[in-house]
Amino acid sequence: MKKSISKSLIYILLFFIAVVFLAPIIIILFNAFKSNFYISSSPFSIPNADTFAGFDNFIKGFTQSDFMRSFTNSAFITAFSVAGIVLLTSMTAWYLVRVKNKFTKIIYYLFVFSMIVPFQMVMYTMTYYAFEFNLNNPIGIVFIYLGFGAGLSVFMFSGFIKSIPTEIEEAATIDGCSPVRTFFSVVFPILKPTAITVAILNAMWIWNDYLLPYLVLGSGENKTLPVAVQMALTGGYGNKDMGALMAMLVLTILPIIIFYLFCQKYIIRGVVAGAVKG
Amino acid sequence: MQKTLKKYFPIFALPTLAAFAVSFVVPFAMGVYLSFTEFKVVNSSEWVGLSNYIKIFTTDETFLHSLWLTVKFTFVSVISVNIIAFLLALLLTKGLKGTNLFRTVFFVPNLIGGIVLGHIWSLIINGILGIFGVDITYNPEYGFWGLVVLMNWQLIGYMMIIYIAGIQNIPDYLGEAAAIDGATPTQVLFHITIPMVMPSVTICTFLTLTNSFKLFDQNLALNGKSPETSLLALDIYKTFYDHTGLKLAQWHGMGQAKAVIFFLLVAVIAFIQLRATRQREVEH
Repeated sequence: MKKSISKSLIYILLFFIAVVFLAPIIIILFNAFKSNFYISSSPFSIPNADTFAGFDNFIKGFTQSDFMRSFTNSAFITAFSVAGIVLLTSMTAWYLVRVKNKFTKIIYYLFVFSMIVPFQMVMYTMTYYAFEFNLNNPIGIVFIYLGFGAGLSVFMFSGFIKSIPTEIEEAATIDGCSPVRTFFSVVFPILKPTAITVAILNAMWIWNDYLLPYLVLGSGENKTLPVAVQMALTGGYGNKDMGALMAMLVLTILPIIIFYLFCQKYIIRGVVAGAVKG
Repeated sequence: MQKTLKKYFPIFALPTLAAFAVSFVVPFAMGVYLSFTEFKVVNSSEWVGLSNYIKIFTTDETFLHSLWLTVKFTFVSVISVNIIAFLLALLLTKGLKGTNLFRTVFFVPNLIGGIVLGHIWSLIINGILGIFGVDITYNPEYGFWGLVVLMNWQLIGYMMIIYIAGIQNIPDYLGEAAAIDGATPTQVLFHITIPMVMPSVTICTFLTLTNSFKLFDQNLALNGKSPETSLLALDIYKTFYDHTGLKLAQWHGMGQAKAVIFFLLVAVIAFIQLRATRQREVEH
């Protein structure tokens, strides 16, 4: 009897905390359905017959703020950067672990070192070189992300590769496989769990990144979603269309939450693995 | 195999190394060098020795303020995030049904990007303060505590997951043996659970520490306009980009010097973390 009372108390407590956790998102969602005037006058009320604006805000948010354009930019940059990082850094990690000499050792420690350097340290100089080498476009930035993502990714792949016995690879080589073939048909399949972790960590970081794409791509037609959100919500005093902005926030969060609900297991596992190793 | 593989350097290592050199190695080296110069653009600089470093600690008005603010903010966040996350993890490891659902919900804020998070909280905080006829810029304290609340909301779910993994790793027989010996739940908590999750405490403390110390996006979106509530990372950004005119070269030099100090502080934290984790590995 005593146990079931304490159990229900824990449930009530957890339920209450869950409401607190979701409240900010729910408030934004409610406001996205209210007409402009009511967002500023009563931000915490639930939409009712007077304040309900239907999908007007979403239509405005979609059309006014370049939403689709920046969404496509973000999706393109994230997809290609993550694919490039997973493919190329796993190859590099294998090379660095299997070819043992002074050079590979130094390179490996440089990658590890880069993980602790805050972005502000290289912010100004990196932006200069990005423009100098014509990397200030959605394709060029993929190359920059490869450079920035390399530290953590090489580190995580290397950690796993060190635990793989070399016998399998040697057998493949004796059978006449070139290193390229050995890597893709023997090594990479074994790396798959780490590859998923690396992909998730980089995808979350690149999709949400603000400062790097802002400095390199600017706020013009190449801007990414976080940059578009920041522009929309800080620019132009007085005539801000709050309804459209709320809808824009909802539209930005929605894809992430849907993605999360589908690959929850991998995301949580990946983030924890990244935390423990990084 | 090593010999054959070595010849494949251009395929396996070159693309990554080229990208790494352009976006990190060269900018980092140039960044260190430029902190001793005054420069308008990267390729034309004038050597000034330590003068930038002296200026940011003496004549500059914002650096020491933002450094102190960042230290305070980090201290408060680390303590509050970890205590709440640990308590939640305790609740969710009681073997109740449906805990996975709660875990899923608590983790959601961690997925949302800093800019969006900042704007969500800006709406909420200004909505609450609006009842009293003010907004977040009215008092720097509001901005500070706003950031603390935001940081807690974002990181608690993440740390909670690491604590849950730590608690679940404690072997059952420890608790069972304690129960047979007549230990109270409080005794079990302080003499078994907490000592056994110390590795998770180390991980979570340093994760919150570096995340809070390097905070930028959230700060920019929530209360970035006021210099009084700018944390270190944002102050560096403003030193670089919020100035124009004749003294631009001096501002750039000072910005780069601030960035080097910022990097050194982060490096010290990382070094202490490495020592702390290594020590624990030896103990076990």
